[in-house]
Amino acid sequence: MKKTMTFAAALLAASVLSGMASAKTLVYCSEASPANFDPGTTTGGNDFDASSRTVYSRLVEFKHGGTEIEPGLADKWEISDDGLVYTFHLHPGVKFQTTDYFKPTRDLNADDVVFSFDRQFNKQNPWNGDKYLPNLTWDYYTGMDMPKYVAKWEKVDDLTVKLTLTEPNAPMLANLGMDFASIVSKEYADQLEKDGKMADFSTKPIGTGPFQFVDYQLDAVIRYAANPDYFKGKEKIDDLVFAITPDATARIQKVLAGECDVAPYPNPADIATIKANKDVTLMDQAGLNIGYMSYNTTIPPLDKPEVRHALNQAIDREALIKSLFQDAGATPAENLIPPTMWSWDKDVKTDAYNPEEAKKVLEAAGLKEIQLWASDRVRPYNPNFQRAAELIQADWAKVGVKATIVNYEWTKYREEGKKKDRPGAFQIGWTGDNGDPDNFFATLFACSAIGVSNYSSWCDKDFEDLIQKAKKTSDQAERSKLYEQAQVIFAKQAPAFLLAHSQVYAVVRNNVSGFKMDPLGIHRFDGVDKAE
Amino acid sequence: MLRYLLNKIALLIPTLVGITICAFAFVRLLPGDPILAMAGEHGVAPARYEELKQQFGYNLPIWEQYARYVGEVATGDFGVSISSKRPVLEEFKTLFPATLELSFFAMVFAMVIGIPAGIFAAVKRGSWFDQSLMGTALVGYSMPIFWWGLLLIIFFSGYLGWTPVSGRIGLQFFFKPITGFMTIDSLLYGKWDAFRSALSHLVLPAIVLGTIPLAVIARQTRSAMLEVLGEDYVRTARAKGLSGARVIGVHALRNALIPVVTTIGLQVGTLLAGAILTETIFAWPGIGKWMVDSIFKRDYVVVQSGLLLIALIVMAVNLIVDVLYAVINPRIRAA
Repeated sequence: MKKTMTFAAALLAASVLSGMASAKTLVYCSEASPANFDPGTTTGGNDFDASSRTVYSRLVEFKHGGTEIEPGLADKWEISDDGLVYTFHLHPGVKFQTTDYFKPTRDLNADDVVFSFDRQFNKQNPWNGDKYLPNLTWDYYTGMDMPKYVAKWEKVDDLTVKLTLTEPNAPMLANLGMDFASIVSKEYADQLEKDGKMADFSTKPIGTGPFQFVDYQLDAVIRYAANPDYFKGKEKIDDLVFAITPDATARIQKVLAGECDVAPYPNPADIATIKANKDVTLMDQAGLNIGYMSYNTTIPPLDKPEVRHALNQAIDREALIKSLFQDAGATPAENLIPPTMWSWDKDVKTDAYNPEEAKKVLEAAGLKEIQLWASDRVRPYNPNFQRAAELIQADWAKVGVKATIVNYEWTKYREEGKKKDRPGAFQIGWTGDNGDPDNFFATLFACSAIGVSNYSSWCDKDFEDLIQKAKKTSDQAERSKLYEQAQVIFAKQAPAFLLAHSQVYAVVRNNVSGFKMDPLGIHRFDGVDKAE
Repeated sequence: MLRYLLNKIALLIPTLVGITICAFAFVRLLPGDPILAMAGEHGVAPARYEELKQQFGYNLPIWEQYARYVGEVATGDFGVSISSKRPVLEEFKTLFPATLELSFFAMVFAMVIGIPAGIFAAVKRGSWFDQSLMGTALVGYSMPIFWWGLLLIIFFSGYLGWTPVSGRIGLQFFFKPITGFMTIDSLLYGKWDAFRSALSHLVLPAIVLGTIPLAVIARQTRSAMLEVLGEDYVRTARAKGLSGARVIGVHALRNALIPVVTTIGLQVGTLLAGAILTETIFAWPGIGKWMVDSIFKRDYVVVQSGLLLIALIVMAVNLIVDVLYAVINPRIRAA
């Protein structure tokens, strides 16, 4: 009997759901399965595409296709003069999504905001630990140094929230636009806790975003429907489907065959085919990333800037980029930050190719041998560390420096590479999190990052003073000036060889409109439409 | 017969212990630290690293980690995925029907083509057909699955547009799984167009996955058939004046099939190994793709429990084949 009932229920669900097939559906061929749908607990771009950017919203948002901050759930905010207190005013009447597993009885309020952050650090919060999900690590919350900077979150009234910091930290606002800062429903959490179904919070998400979750067939298909109550207005597409397609060639074939409308990350080898097809458009943008090679600036003779400059000059960067990125292309990096980021100084240039000059300096410095590090992983900012190492090795040989290539598997590679006494030149790179220059300068080259992510073990007092001051200043124009000065020092000191900012691609069918490449590497479907 | 069965089962116990050790050791021999893998590009501060190591139990001595693991597995607890935080067994149960369905159709493809081809080659021994079939079988056996899969997609789905590129069923079809087998579920819901869509999605991956077993089965059938065709009783049957088709179809084939059945059983391991690549190319949501993802994520728990579960299935199938073989061929039981 029970079986018959289940069958009947399933049949009913199927007939209801299959009715949706006639609606306007956009299919996105995503590159991997999401770990789960709670953006506080995950770290991958594909996790965020499937959760925070579809189902959830944040207090502040990144402008679609940019890194500027704009209002989200908070209509406006004030920052106190000392830069320590942020007061957010919430948009009134924001509804959480109504689904077959949750019916909200109240609108979004300050409790939801406080809960969304409290659960990520407060060990007393039942949602912080094993009671919710086993082995939670809250990687982004800790990774963005939130525990260090956040003193407390407070509810002032239903529509006002106050954030107090331990010290001024201008990038905080950008942090609050990041995926981990998505606002979840406290009412839904309370209900699940009462029902003893806390794990459902990560598999059946409820948010205030443009799309609401319908179904996930593990490793195959994720289905969403437009949120009819979305506070910025209902989306034009009715249904959004993520068809999980890990193989890049298969993904592109699916777009060409019309089985999906948008697909990210084509293989460089397929770019010519895509460009030749008249039904699809190849979209590209300089990624918010940098590929570079860190010299350990504490070990002689690499402690001398002129030696580092000479090593840079010895590398034929143009040929290197062409060989590594091929048809996909990349923007040669003049600066640590990419040109799409505010404060980028167009007048700062990195070392030009000059092997004769390099040879003189290196001979004088007595540099005969050097370690050159490479790993096995394909990264957006460097598709082939090993190939890069071989080419650099050949260039350096021409100026009389014998490079020995050191290989490690990716995680071990970084573990060894970040050690203070690691010798030689270490290839690495970075993809930005929040579009704030601090996320590049301080994360990669602050003195406090030595042993963590400052692979050059470089600690320059002038540079450090500038980036720390910029971190504490709220005014963006003023911050911009400070970062411009920091870029001049970086170019003069050359703690690293700067390679390139890679291009990021997506393939979109021509009947799709409103899709934008995003410098943060996310794929958003709000504002996207499709002609039948 | 019972004694034979018990004997076989007793032999499985040391194999099982060996597999737990292999699965456990294998993931730990993989280079890379799971905690660093989880932290991504950010890296993790040393204090936090130690804290996490403790949280995951990686600070314990290796034998203690193993003892814990065996204890949990013995009570049916296969652990919780580090990345998705879902129970491994639950994910396995959700994904396994997809792999089973694909493997079944791959096997059907391999048998439907492989057995008749093998018979025909044996009967026409030395002919151009035989020569070219055996040559093709060798090529099929050595075919790199990844390359073969992409080639078929580009030609049949991209160029001709005959088959869907990847996935299990057209995205317009959406129903809650009953059995987890798309072909069966679509029929249970009475949706013929969904059934057709599921079949069309099966064509390419089944061919890709079935290619190696097809080559093996065709060669095995041919050699078994050649052997049988030389036997006295076949000659007798011919001497009696039976038609060629009857001699081959009834007298020869039945006996030739015995080693072929064993071969088919042994192909299960090959199928599951092939499924890892096939599923990744065709975005087929089965356990092969799941394992690959987990290896990249350094999800120790999924990899070691997944390996164990797959090994258990291969062992179970081999046991069934052994038993079936004993049923078909009574001489084996005494041995």
